[in-house]
Amino acid sequence: MDGISGDLNAPHSMGTTIIGVTYNGGVVLGADSRTSTGMYVANRASDKITQLTDNVYLCRSGSAADSQIVSDYVRHFLHQHTIQLGQPSTVKVAANLVRLLAYNNKNMLQTGMIVGGWDKYEGGKIYGIPLGGTILEQPFTIGGSGSTYLYGFFDQVWKEGMTQDEAEKLVVKAVSLAIARDGASGGVVRTVTINKDGVTRKFYPGDTLPLWHEELEPKDSMLDMLSSASPEPMGFDAFALLTTSNKQLPAVVLATNHYCVQNAPILLFHSITASGQEIITWDVQLSPY
Amino acid sequence: MNLADSTQAMNNLLGSEADSQRTLYPYVTGTSVVGIKYKDGILLAADMGGSYGSTLRYKTVERLKPVGKHSIIGASGEISDFQEIMRYLDELILYDNMWDDGNSLGPKEVHNYLTRMMYNRRNKFNPLWNSLVLGGVKNGQKYLGTVSMIGVHYEDNHVATGFGNHLARPILRDEWHENLTFEEGVKLLEKCMRVLLYRDRSAVNKLQIAKITEAGVTISQPYALKTSWDLSAFKNPTAGAEGSW
Repeated sequence: MDGISGDLNAPHSMGTTIIGVTYNGGVVLGADSRTSTGMYVANRASDKITQLTDNVYLCRSGSAADSQIVSDYVRHFLHQHTIQLGQPSTVKVAANLVRLLAYNNKNMLQTGMIVGGWDKYEGGKIYGIPLGGTILEQPFTIGGSGSTYLYGFFDQVWKEGMTQDEAEKLVVKAVSLAIARDGASGGVVRTVTINKDGVTRKFYPGDTLPLWHEELEPKDSMLDMLSSASPEPMGFDAFALLTTSNKQLPAVVLATNHYCVQNAPILLFHSITASGQEIITWDVQLSPY
Repeated sequence: MNLADSTQAMNNLLGSEADSQRTLYPYVTGTSVVGIKYKDGILLAADMGGSYGSTLRYKTVERLKPVGKHSIIGASGEISDFQEIMRYLDELILYDNMWDDGNSLGPKEVHNYLTRMMYNRRNKFNPLWNSLVLGGVKNGQKYLGTVSMIGVHYEDNHVATGFGNHLARPILRDEWHENLTFEEGVKLLEKCMRVLLYRDRSAVNKLQIAKITEAGVTISQPYALKTSWDLSAFKNPTAGAEGSW
């Protein structure tokens, strides 16, 4: 979660994707599991969703050290507060303690956090605490460097009052999309669901996540492909046809059997005019028939 | 509650200040606030955006807040510093109320308090990174003032912060007059806010208007402004000069 500093005056979101959403009855917190030091992945299975109390959890992004020490202090203070109060602390108190540390040490800390939990007074609540120590209660919030890829996604799919299942699926899908595009996010998706009945941790390893654009089904070995239906897995078929069209003639259309490792080959068409200019190239994925 | 320095060497622009605190640059910022005096009191307008650098990250940030019975404050700049200012102001009002002497702080006093706070922080090279607008009515007297992050303060019939200084104030200089009605005042503010929406990159189309009169404070529900794009000049702007913009 260590960022590489660029322009001093632009706020920089750090490695990680973290999400908190409210639903009808509680909250779902989600995060990826990659901790990086520069280009090296120091921990590929980190747990960025940290417990503060029985009913309040914290998603951490940015500097691993800074976010860990903030969560340690807040956990300590909340523990004392719970004893003195005689009942579970509210999410608002937890969030404001995080804010105090973040705001009063804003020059030294580099961590954006999401506080989420459930208490009997307000139900499920999510608080975003970005760099600088602003505190904002929101129906959902996203953070970390991977979150930049999710603003449009959430603008489109977010709706109030989802069920627990809808909310969990949304969070997993979102973190998975961010992992696909953000180099600083990766690994597994972890979620923590908090409601009146308690806390549930879920774990989604990479192979349970959906595949996105240009991602391929993982295989044990290329050798598995050789024994499948395609007769010439490494070969190319090519053919050309002379065509005419209203606009430019004559034209030649070449098709090559490209990306032939899958059973449904993709054909690459190049269209070349009389003057020799290649005017159109497009690829078409064919179904078997 | 200071933690051990976790080394942000880049922030030390003036030698070693491991111990001293200073806000060097803002993170989550609000844009312009515009305020005018009108017949019955003061009107303030601000959008609800919280930008994070160039990203329009938060779209429901309340930048207009009541202060006691007689004032309203609008803030641009770093939101976390504004939240801290609100804590100071709420404490100020609380202690004022605790005197229980029938007196209450008016807008002029609150403006002065803010000015001292901003200027003293500036002198310590640790500013609260905000530009504030403070308006109110007490005993029939209308008051509208502004304070910047370095402590520059003044009062006027119409004020603005940020981009509003450049885009709204010329409109207000031209079209403001004494004894605007509420409707005229709102329309004038909306004219300013629309221009800001067109021309300020950090503006978002969700705003609130706050009104304060002798009777009290009202802050409107969030709403959005219609914009006009249907100008013939917009339809084919580069027809005469391809490649231009």
